[in-house]
This record gives sequence, C-alpha cells and structure tokens, in this order.
Amino acid sequence: MTTSDTSVLAPLADVDPADLARLHAGLEAAADRAGQLDIAYTTFDSPVGPLLLAATETGLLRVAYEIEGHDRVLETISARISPRILRAPKRLEGAMRELDEYFAGRRTTFDVPLDLGLSAGFRQLVQRQLAHIAYGHTQSYGQVAAAVGNPKAVRAVGTACARNPLPVVLPCHRVLKADGSLGGYAGGPATKAILLELESAA
Amino acid sequence: MKTGKPPFEGVVAEHSATVLRVCRAVLGVDEADDAWSETFLAAMRAYPDLPADANLQAWLVTIAHRKAIDVTRARQRRALPVENVPEVATTVPAPGDQDDELWHALKALPDKQRHAVAYHHLGGLAYNEVAEILGGTTDAARRAAADGMKALRTSLMGSKGATR
Repeated sequence: MTTSDTSVLAPLADVDPADLARLHAGLEAAADRAGQLDIAYTTFDSPVGPLLLAATETGLLRVAYEIEGHDRVLETISARISPRILRAPKRLEGAMRELDEYFAGRRTTFDVPLDLGLSAGFRQLVQRQLAHIAYGHTQSYGQVAAAVGNPKAVRAVGTACARNPLPVVLPCHRVLKADGSLGGYAGGPATKAILLELESAA
Repeated sequence: MKTGKPPFEGVVAEHSATVLRVCRAVLGVDEADDAWSETFLAAMRAYPDLPADANLQAWLVTIAHRKAIDVTRARQRRALPVENVPEVATTVPAPGDQDDELWHALKALPDKQRHAVAYHHLGGLAYNEVAEILGGTTDAARRAAADGMKALRTSLMGSKGATR
C-alpha cells in the first residue's frame, strides 16, 4: 500500500468519547424501541463484587459473579440466545433497585420478572424450587430433591444449583450439604457465607 | 447450539469511532450522527445472519455509505420547496476552525472522490472494497481517492503556498 500524506484529514481523527457515549445511548434506546435489543446488560457493584446483570424483553436472564468471567458469560448468552447484545442499563433498573434493597437488608424476596431461557428440564425445575426457600432459611440438597419429587436426585440438584443462571435472585446459596457445611457456590464459598450472614443478620 | 458470534456490544466498541469519522467525512458533523445511528441500528438487525468470517469494518462502512445516501436524500427532499438558497451562506466556517475548513474542502469534492477518501483513508477499506461500494474498477477507486486527497491538500494548504 502506498504511504500517502493524510495529515489534511487529521481534524477528523479525534473523536470525543462523549460523542460516542451519547450515540451509544441513542442506539440503546432505538434498538429497544425497534424490538431488536435481544439482550441488555450492565454491571452492578455489590458487596460481593461486580455482578453482571443481563435481561431479555421477558425478564432477568443472568446474574454472574466476576469469577465466572463476565465476557465469557456474555459470549455464552450470545451463542445460546442471541448476539444482539448491548450494554444498556435502563432495562436492568428494576433489578438493580431490588438488589440494592436486598444487600441493604431491606428486601427478602425478588419481584422482577425472570427469563429462565438459559436452563431447561430438571435443572430449571430445581431452580424454580429455590424461590420457595425463604429468606434466612436453608435446606439441604436432599430436601430440595424431595421437594421436586425426586428424592434420590441429590447430585443432580447439586448440579442444578451450580448451574443456576440467576444466583442471589434464585437463592441457591440457601442450599447446604446434609451435614450443614456450605457446599459449592458459583461465586465461591466465601460469597455464599456472606449472603447467609447477611440474611441471618437482617 | 448456534455458532458463537461475539456480542454486538463488542462490534460497536471496536468500530464506533471509525464509522463516525467516515460519516463525518461524507456528511459533515451535523448530519453524521443520524447516519451513525442508522448504520448501527441496521447492522444490529442483520448481525445474527452475518457470516462469521465477514469483514466487520467493510460491512459497517458499506452500510454507512447507504445510510449517508439516505440522509442526503432526506435533506434534499426537505430542501426542495426552498429554491436557490446558496449552501455556503448557511454554514460559513469560523475562521481558524480546522474541522469546518476540512468539511468545506470535503464538501467541494465530487461525491466519488469524497467517498473514496472517506472509505479508504478513514474507513480503512482496501481499494477493491471501495470499488465494490462505489462501482467501477479498483484502479478507478484508487484514482478517485488520490485525486480527492490532492484536491484537499490544494484547497487546505494551497493558499499558504504549499505545492504538491
């Protein structure tokens, strides 16, 4: 390629980040109006680290801890649901407000609409069941298995909890091992302990 | 499971500034925002069906070209009832304002030269890709970009004695 002197174009090289931010915000609104914002997401700063929040038009689709890798989580959503994804906080306002209240100890249940499109079958059945474990209470994996009518499926319940696409909101942190020990957690055992502590203190 | 494609947010983040530069070169700062918005909205609509190995930048610049033409036509339709308004009278550049000086020089170019300059030098497209957008041969696209750059240099620096 020839190297030509393009310095006369230099005034166009500088693009003010504020202009790009304003255009991005306009695109978020226009895409939503056009019904083509399949996934809106934002990052929410919580006491257990930044949480990725992603929602379809139906409802909240995913809550992800930082250690899950937010970029990787978005790539999975892109492959499984749709790549029409924008950072667009507006759709997440309700979820952010409820999470704020939850972490402040002022909310014990979540009311935002959910989209369980990232799970199916038995796992989704288990994840739905989690919503029935009351704030401040815990159950064992075996109790959850019994509650969904399959008392022998203890390991499958463990997997369903580990793959919960909506941690915190669907409280898999309230499910412990039969001996009362914490068991695993997508956000790490320390995070699980923090959430249980928060709920017992409130 | 569908084949993986990066989230569209990444496409916007990577190409946002380039598309804005191209739109500004073709349309000027005032109308560039509309073309940028229409470009990314249309791109987002079509994105799921785009082949995974597509050249995203060339694809976006091609859409931007079509949207810039739409914006120009819309302006001409709005302008129709008012005849013979001299264009220069509405946007006299502030003395020493480089952006405006450059835009006036760009606006004075034949469309093909302005487009070729924008898509090659600002959009980063190869001349054969520019030719696909504008029609004609790769050589013609290269010539249009070279003639356009020469005219820009002459009009922006010529008065100060620069000879090239």
